[in-house]
Amino acid sequence: MNVNYLFSLVAVLLLFALAYLGVKVPGGQLLFGIIIPYVAFIAFLAGFFNRVMGWGRSAVPFRIPTTCGQQMSLPWIKQNKIDNPTTTWGVIARMFFEIVTFRSLFRNTRAAKKDGDRLQYKLEIFLWIGALAFHYTFLTVLIRHLRFFTEPVPGFVQMIERVDAFFQFGLPVVYLSGIVLLAAVLYLFLRRIFIPNVKYISLASDYFPLFLIGGIALTGIMMRYFTKVDITAAKELTMGLVTFHPTIPEGVGSIFYVHLFFVSVLLAYFPFSKLMHLGGVFLSPTRNLPTDTRARRHVNPWNYPVKVHTYEAYEDEFREKMIEAGLPVDKQPEPQAPEEKE
Amino acid sequence: MSDLPKSDEYFSQIDHKPPKLTGWMDTPINIRKGMYCYASNPKSVETLGLPYARPWNPLEDDWQLPENWQQIIHEGLKERLERFRSFKIFMDICVRCGACADKCHFFLGTGDPKNMPVLRAELLRSVYRNDFTAAGKILAKAGFGKQIGARPMTLDVLKEWWYYFFQCTECRRCSVFCPYGIDTAEITIIGRELLNLLGLNIDWIATPVANCYRTGNHLGIQPHAFKDMLEFFVDDIEEITGVRVDPQFNKKGADILFITPSGDVFADPGTYTCMGYMILFHFLKEKYGFDVTWSTYASEGGNFGFFTSHETMKRLNAKMYLEAKRLGVKWILGGECGHMWRVINQYMDTMNGPADFLEEPVSPITGTKFENAKSTKMVHIAEFTADLIKHGKLDLDVRRNDHLKVTFHDSCNPARGMGLLDEPRYVIKNVCNHFYEMPANTIREQTFCCGSGAGLNAGEDMELRMAGGLPRANAVKHVHKKHGVNMLACVCAIDRAVLPALMEYWVPEVDVTGLHELVANALILPGENDRETDLRGEPLPGTEDDTNE
Ligand code: SF4
Ligand code: SF4
Repeated sequence: MNVNYLFSLVAVLLLFALAYLGVKVPGGQLLFGIIIPYVAFIAFLAGFFNRVMGWGRSAVPFRIPTTCGQQMSLPWIKQNKIDNPTTTWGVIARMFFEIVTFRSLFRNTRAAKKDGDRLQYKLEIFLWIGALAFHYTFLTVLIRHLRFFTEPVPGFVQMIERVDAFFQFGLPVVYLSGIVLLAAVLYLFLRRIFIPNVKYISLASDYFPLFLIGGIALTGIMMRYFTKVDITAAKELTMGLVTFHPTIPEGVGSIFYVHLFFVSVLLAYFPFSKLMHLGGVFLSPTRNLPTDTRARRHVNPWNYPVKVHTYEAYEDEFREKMIEAGLPVDKQPEPQAPEEKE
Repeated sequence: MSDLPKSDEYFSQIDHKPPKLTGWMDTPINIRKGMYCYASNPKSVETLGLPYARPWNPLEDDWQLPENWQQIIHEGLKERLERFRSFKIFMDICVRCGACADKCHFFLGTGDPKNMPVLRAELLRSVYRNDFTAAGKILAKAGFGKQIGARPMTLDVLKEWWYYFFQCTECRRCSVFCPYGIDTAEITIIGRELLNLLGLNIDWIATPVANCYRTGNHLGIQPHAFKDMLEFFVDDIEEITGVRVDPQFNKKGADILFITPSGDVFADPGTYTCMGYMILFHFLKEKYGFDVTWSTYASEGGNFGFFTSHETMKRLNAKMYLEAKRLGVKWILGGECGHMWRVINQYMDTMNGPADFLEEPVSPITGTKFENAKSTKMVHIAEFTADLIKHGKLDLDVRRNDHLKVTFHDSCNPARGMGLLDEPRYVIKNVCNHFYEMPANTIREQTFCCGSGAGLNAGEDMELRMAGGLPRANAVKHVHKKHGVNMLACVCAIDRAVLPALMEYWVPEVDVTGLHELVANALILPGENDRETDLRGEPLPGTEDDTNE
């Protein structure tokens, strides 16, 4: 039985309970409002840095880009300058489209048996759409939250908010991003449950971040539209955190602490998990290297000499046969015991 | 192949759904006949000086491992994590999105979930997590290893590695679709390297490697025999064209050294491609004084070391430059081969360069500078011939290929490790009148593997090969039905060796050819007689009807 998602769900529910009840005991607010966020943030920074440095310490001995298009060759053959880039600009373009538009994922197809005697491949863009929706709404939400960490609130944050609230309905204004984020999380979760192959490969560590982020979105939405958290108080707390004068204001409510705790857990968990794909995508050697390996020499830092079979050894073994076959040889055979003179 | 079910039966029994109840870590390894290659012959392992040469049998429980094998793997893993950033990153950032899952021909052909690239990589990643990550170390101790995909290295895990790393042809198709470019081939390469530390190779790799090392080519053809074989083709060519070609061997001071996979010298239909090279070179020599030599020492383009370890790859590859230097040629021309070109393109200069004793390649006939090969000094014959055709340097009678309806199979390595896509197509279109592409998501960078690459083209793993080649065959079948395609062209010697069997099983009406067989069929040699047959001795279109008219 695949219990991996239950395992993660229970973990997130426990975290919820922990924070919800934890802030009700004396000192709890201090712990969940100040200490844990600081610790989590430090863990995130240190962990992230450490991880990237760890990758950076490993060598890139060979240029091994996956070429997804025509190479640079004869002048009249059109090179695919993005998917088979020979210049830094080409590489930058390739990486840009990869990171900003998830280009490789866009190629996704789904294979299926058809008519009993053939395989067929169809474009399958739902994962791409789901992933794109998920990441972009997450980013939007993140930027919107800068409102809580800045004074005065910068123009671009306000702009994003206005765009996000474009479909004005209800009061308070409904932000689209939160809802799409939740929907995307749900989609990503459901595909893990319902697509048999994806379910088969999914681990608890795949479900956990989904539930956690879902929990963050849900508590956020709850606060904004239902429990109506005291925004001024919340901002007082967050501003206190960023200005290093942390305070615990009155009346922010348990759900806010749960929200904050979830975010803290996510931050602390980040560097130790697959979420590090955020950093790794920039460093992937199959994408971020130019494909100029025949035109330009590239040096392997640990290239060491190896034992090779030299021509001399080869000729020594086959000399007679070569001469007999009329093949040229470098050294004429010596009549007797050549080894002893060596 | 005889004990395989008929192809349509085979197809209908493939099930792409994984088992419902057992997780992959709880599914025991089942090494099945027909799906694996024999263990390496200890003699070959010894020749190369690789560790732990011994007889062993994959079907037996005891693999005769050295006592401290777990430690060897652990240390080996550690070392490789430092040496290859690719490996380290690929261990860390897979999100198991599954985008790569149904991109692997072995998964499509077998339905075995452990052939999904992501899971193939997880086999190794699970040990990495357990041994090298903080989370793995802590959670595994707490008994939650399985939930995060961590497990200790056990004998079963090792067997699973061996079985599934030799069910990957390192074709990189999965990497095209992965949002982070995770290349399971790279993981497989390193996985095999680790297995090699324990002497766990397969014989279809170990023995060719040993042969390449000693005689220069994977078949162990000795110098005199190599020359004989080509001279045999000289006779054939004379019979067909009336012209006697005159290949040169080990010639010091020749302008250009030609290296092609030795498979072309040995077995049909590669031999026709080999005759194709010889005819082309003869034409160029007669008309333009083109001075090219073959080498018996560097008589293998293919690099089976690539399927063993980076080190072995380097050891075999070294011969190309050593021989070019010894003969004092200007640059190297390379034949039609798949993984040879990935090695040349992505590894050679770094491993065995700089090739500063060679000149930057310029075609002596057209004056074209091969800017893209400035540093390796090695040009692909498809580039070279395309350039000749573009400049109108070849006299071609295209109608001689009119009996062929041709499609083109992009070999994985040149397609995804180099980007050689349009050159061969240009050549084909200029020597054949009937050319048809297979469907878009089965060609170019999305091409499907022949199913027998990376050392898996042995006789004993035929079922695996037919399963792995299914998606390729399936696409050929499509153009065969739609356009009547009867010839599958390719630029790879392994393809030429294995696709005929694949076609015979799935699409029996289709034959296999190399690029230069088609070129030579169309090429009009100075002083040739009226050709009545193509290089295979089959009547040319028109000629067989002449007598009836
Ligand atoms: S496509 Fe890439 S990230 Fe997704 S499962 Fe495959 S290897 Fe992992
Ligand atoms: S490299 Fe090719 S054979 Fe190996 S897992 Fe990827 S798609 Fe499959």
